[in-house]
Amino acid sequence: MRYFVHRSLTIVKKEAHMPELIKKTMESARSNDDLSGESGKSISSAFWAGVRDISPILLGIFPFSLIAGVAQIGAGLEPFPAVAMSIIVFAGAAQLATADLLGNNAPAVIICLTALIINLRFVMYSASLSPHFSGISRFWKWISAYLLTDQGYAVSIIRYSQQHHLPGQKLWFYLGCAIPLWVLWLIGTVIGVIVGLKIPESWSLDFAVPLTFMAIMLPNLRDWAAGVAALTSGLISVVAFNLPMNISIIVAAVSGILVGFFTESLLRRKAHD
Amino acid sequence: MTDMTSGNIWILLLVIGGATFLLRLSFIHLFADRQVPETITRLLRFVPPAALSALILPPIVTQNGSFAFFLSNERIPAAIVAAIVAVITRNTLYTICSGMAALWLYQALLG
Repeated sequence: MRYFVHRSLTIVKKEAHMPELIKKTMESARSNDDLSGESGKSISSAFWAGVRDISPILLGIFPFSLIAGVAQIGAGLEPFPAVAMSIIVFAGAAQLATADLLGNNAPAVIICLTALIINLRFVMYSASLSPHFSGISRFWKWISAYLLTDQGYAVSIIRYSQQHHLPGQKLWFYLGCAIPLWVLWLIGTVIGVIVGLKIPESWSLDFAVPLTFMAIMLPNLRDWAAGVAALTSGLISVVAFNLPMNISIIVAAVSGILVGFFTESLLRRKAHD
Repeated sequence: MTDMTSGNIWILLLVIGGATFLLRLSFIHLFADRQVPETITRLLRFVPPAALSALILPPIVTQNGSFAFFLSNERIPAAIVAAIVAVITRNTLYTICSGMAALWLYQALLG
């Protein structure tokens, strides 16, 4: 309780410097899903606050999940494993890359490595969420880890920085983001698998795959180093396209990561001089 | 189309899914009490732009498995339209729809 009072005071102090609009948004958020009261109520309000925050993002996820279903069926998977993939892997970019490589008959080792390089970003999210989930039981840690996505992570971490939650409320806010996303992802995949069997090839629906990645990547290029990483990787993926065993994505991604890293180091050193 | 047997596909999915789960679980549970070294954090930051970029360009500049940088490759102008929409709107749905619409329009005009 003392900790809680102390935290509220620091939040109030911080708010003194904030623009009016942000203050108002925070106030309305806080009165809607208030922290006090018995724990059952605050847990369910934290859950629904999560559902509310993720809702606008679900609209963008839905076409992505449809395309994943279409691509998985297009790669020659049977309908059942195509749907199961969305449950077992539950990571859009890796699923699309896996489907693409399967369709090209790439070796299994290359498919696995490619998917894992794409999913390495989850380590970053996992580390960032870790302090917020420190008090929860192993069962819920495993559930939260399984449900980890770019969008669920981004929405939760923004809320945790704006507003004080008790550990249980943080978990339930996160689940409020993650569970609807999981359900929608599965529904979209099922529809994609059913529709994908009927769409003629002349519609070029495979083109929607790079478009989806563009929609995710381009708005997130926040600085020069990230731009250089993307450019390097893109150029190498084209130049190395004909390398054997479809190894080009791995080569390109690793080069892009390293070049981005060194660019950032150079820029930092320059800024220090 | 894949030549992989259905048994091997299940194994592949389980391996990718299992390893992905471990990546997600890493600092939430497995190394929960350890700090991530700064170098690793800095490297990981470049995973999304680098990995996604490698998945974007090849399917745009190739046709039936070989390069096509010419105007006959309608995917290039369509991708440029979609890129502009992505940067301006930051919206997945608009980006996909505008890119597909541009592609179909271009195909109809050429066809």
